[in-house]
Amino acid sequence: MTLEILGISVLGMFLFGYIIVASIDFGAGFFNAFSTVTGKQHILTKIIHRYLSPVWEVTNVFLVFFFVGMVGFFPKTAYYYGTTLLVPASIAIILLAIRGAYYAFTTYGGLKHKRYTILYGLTGLFIPASLSSVLTISEGGFVTMEKADPVLDYWALFTSPLSWSIVVLSLTAVLYISAVFLTWYANHAKDEAATELLRKYALVWAGPAIITAAGIIVEMKGHNPEHYQRLLDLWWLFALSVVLFAGTVYCIWKRRAYGLAFGLLVGQFALAFLAYGASHYPYLLYPYLTLYDSFTNQSMAIALVVAFIAGLGLLIPSLYLLLRLFLFNKEYVEGNRNDEHA
Amino acid sequence: MGNGDSLFFSRVLTELTLSFHIIYATIGVGVPLMIMIAQWVGIKKQDEHYILLARRWTRGFVITVAVGVVTGTAIGLQLSLLWPNFMELAGNVIALPLFMETFAFFFEAIFLGIYIYTWDRFKNQKKHLLLLIPVAIGASFSAVFITIVNAFMSAPQGFDLVNGELVNVSPLVAMFNPAMPTKVAHVLVTAYMTSAFVLASIGAFRLLKGSDHTYHKKALFLMMKLGLIFSIATAVIGDFSGKYLAQYQPEKLAAAEWHFESEKGAPLILYGVLDNGEVKYALKIPSALSVLAHGVPNAEVTGLNEFPKDEVPPLYIHYLFDSMVTIGMGMTALALVYVIGTWRKWRFVVSKWFRWLLVLGGPLSIIAIETGWWLTEVGRQPWVLRGILRTKDAATTSGHVDTMLLLFACLYLILGVGSVVVLIRMFRKNSVEQELEDRASEKAGDIR
Ligand code: HDD
Ligand code: HEM
Ligand code: HEM
Repeated sequence: MTLEILGISVLGMFLFGYIIVASIDFGAGFFNAFSTVTGKQHILTKIIHRYLSPVWEVTNVFLVFFFVGMVGFFPKTAYYYGTTLLVPASIAIILLAIRGAYYAFTTYGGLKHKRYTILYGLTGLFIPASLSSVLTISEGGFVTMEKADPVLDYWALFTSPLSWSIVVLSLTAVLYISAVFLTWYANHAKDEAATELLRKYALVWAGPAIITAAGIIVEMKGHNPEHYQRLLDLWWLFALSVVLFAGTVYCIWKRRAYGLAFGLLVGQFALAFLAYGASHYPYLLYPYLTLYDSFTNQSMAIALVVAFIAGLGLLIPSLYLLLRLFLFNKEYVEGNRNDEHA
Repeated sequence: MGNGDSLFFSRVLTELTLSFHIIYATIGVGVPLMIMIAQWVGIKKQDEHYILLARRWTRGFVITVAVGVVTGTAIGLQLSLLWPNFMELAGNVIALPLFMETFAFFFEAIFLGIYIYTWDRFKNQKKHLLLLIPVAIGASFSAVFITIVNAFMSAPQGFDLVNGELVNVSPLVAMFNPAMPTKVAHVLVTAYMTSAFVLASIGAFRLLKGSDHTYHKKALFLMMKLGLIFSIATAVIGDFSGKYLAQYQPEKLAAAEWHFESEKGAPLILYGVLDNGEVKYALKIPSALSVLAHGVPNAEVTGLNEFPKDEVPPLYIHYLFDSMVTIGMGMTALALVYVIGTWRKWRFVVSKWFRWLLVLGGPLSIIAIETGWWLTEVGRQPWVLRGILRTKDAATTSGHVDTMLLLFACLYLILGVGSVVVLIRMFRKNSVEQELEDRASEKAGDIR
């Protein structure tokens, strides 16, 4: 494996991690707000808060890790994406900031208000929408070079069917991932009312999630034929992914093995993510930037990989401890422990 | 919007974001150490007051961390958005500490989550205290790593530029640049000092507002003692920072001191105004600048006139330097008087006016942090990477920076006001007296 591939794999892992944990977080916020509006708050709020509270900051670090690692391994991306993404990325940052801060303010500071809950829920939809524009831009066609500097064509981006399909996909995926996870979590907590409600949400969002995902592939045909062709070459990965999807829906439908259902879901998204990433290879930004011409120098790459391995040695035991104390601790999950924050 | 405007607004937005982040970041670096010390004292002395101190500070800390995290995420992304050319170059040479910083965050975030939710989980309180150690280490190391990046900007090394191409990159040599030792030490120690004085000023404020509880007195005394230690360390390391500047960035020191002609036995100029290149109304301490720069009274200090005109930083950094040093000296003196006065039971240290001075200590320390960073960053101008890349060549070419500046200004306003309101409400709602009672009865087994 070349250093370039190793670097992008590390970043891919963290991006995928962020997609999963952040989706759970964003979706949970939305369901919480939705249940407030529909008067079902008493069913969901407790279960959602018990999961989110100890881990929200960890979710954010996944994102930071990804963009810092990107600049480290592929410094040229800082130039191309930095110049073009000013507006969409700034909007995402602002929403993320409001969301993160108000989560802390309400959870620890006792600032409780319906308005904030709803605002919080909505930011959970706008953030994936604005972040997903990066994906759209990477497909090419929206950035042109003017006087040697890259410039983003906002109007083209805003009116492109591809960009809207990706936005819709990001929303359905967020809600689906989150609902499946929370169904399992609620079941783990022996909270039947919440399990039932979340199971319903999971089933509702399963269809739209798979349809919009398929829709992207169709859109790609018109937008970036080269990428489309490479996607088709990897059809078997997508097929496997669909099989896993069917498995998740089956388990949820039959009210069984919710843990397995979530595992299959992670597998489904991992395969699709891998297939998408592999077909994007070697481009980081069509057609200007590839893995190879944006890669950092040899000595920095080696230093980063060494730091990464040392870092993982520190992180994995810590994450394990966190999960054991909260996610897998029956007493805590069921709410029998009176573990109030500080 | 033309490119000149992009540059101007990028500067303003960077200044705004960093100046805001640094307040919360400094508290984030220093407060875990203070919590740790309080909890440790509490466990050792079996004194509920100190334990409750640690617990209440933790609650407030969570709020400041949240703002620190979101503004940090903002600055992290903004660096690439506003200074793409710089980040491309820096990414090649100094990405290593930036990358290591994320591990420090990770470590801190995980254990903070565990720590705040396990207050009553362990029979043995010491085990709970152990969980705080990674939080404090993670926070301090994020400061260490980011400060290394900043030090690199002042004293870049570890690579060669051949025809505009970077060659022979050595990440470790870049990390251990000459600016790094003093800068890292100064940033860490000032963060501890500031946190101690901020917590002390809360204690002093409660005492002034009528609560005469020994809880606040213990908090105040403990924090002033720590503040004293760290403020002395700050001044000592600040002196080393001056020596670093004299050797590696003489133009910054000369501009900060309005030192125009190279001379031996140079005087230290405090305050004053500049009138057509002449210093007026200033306080001059003979030979003190030579001592600050080289450690001996008659050493020669390079003057500003020896540098090309377009490489001289703005002269107003003089006031930034003076403010920082004045506050540093003032706080050391204040803490010294308070600590000695408390031991010797001098009456005036419990008087109203003296306590108001203690209340002022927190905000003043934060001002010193801000002026210190402005001094460093403005004093490096016109360079973003000293001697290599000018600030004007590093900025983004994208338009819309002005609109983003407006949006971010609103964001920081909301976050700033929000965090203060939440913190005040949080501590109003449960008073110390009430909480101490609750805990006592909980222990006695009345509840649960
Ligand atoms: C509580 C805050 C505080 C206090 C009381 C002081 N400083 Fe400071 N100073 C900082 C907070 C700070 C800082 C914000 O942390 C800086 C900005 C960058 C850095 O390395 O530290 C800084 C920078 C800084 C620099 C510039 C370093 C550079 O640009 O590379 C010098 C020369 C000094 N300090 C010297 C002093 C002296 C002689 C002090 C006398 C007591 C002093 N500082 C007190
Ligand atoms: C690592 C990347 C960094 C970059 C690219 C950067 C760049 C800049 C630039 C270009 C300015 C504007 C200066 C001017 O126009 O006068 C600035 C200002 C500033 N920076 Fe840095 N800096 C970095 C790191 C830091 C760090 C680690 C800190 C610490 C918090 C910091 C604190 C500040 C402050 C407080 C200002 C405002 C000074 C003023 O008022 O002009 N910077 N920075
Ligand atoms: C260029 C300047 C800076 C950048 C790019 C930066 C970046 C960041 C980022 C991305 C985060 C959020 C991490 C997370 O998700 O947990 C953060 C938080 C933090 N930063 Fe900064 N930072 C800068 C300056 C500083 C400085 C100068 C210090 C210390 C003196 C500092 C100390 C911290 C700490 C302690 C946190 C954790 C939040 C907390 O505990 O309060 N940062 N920073």
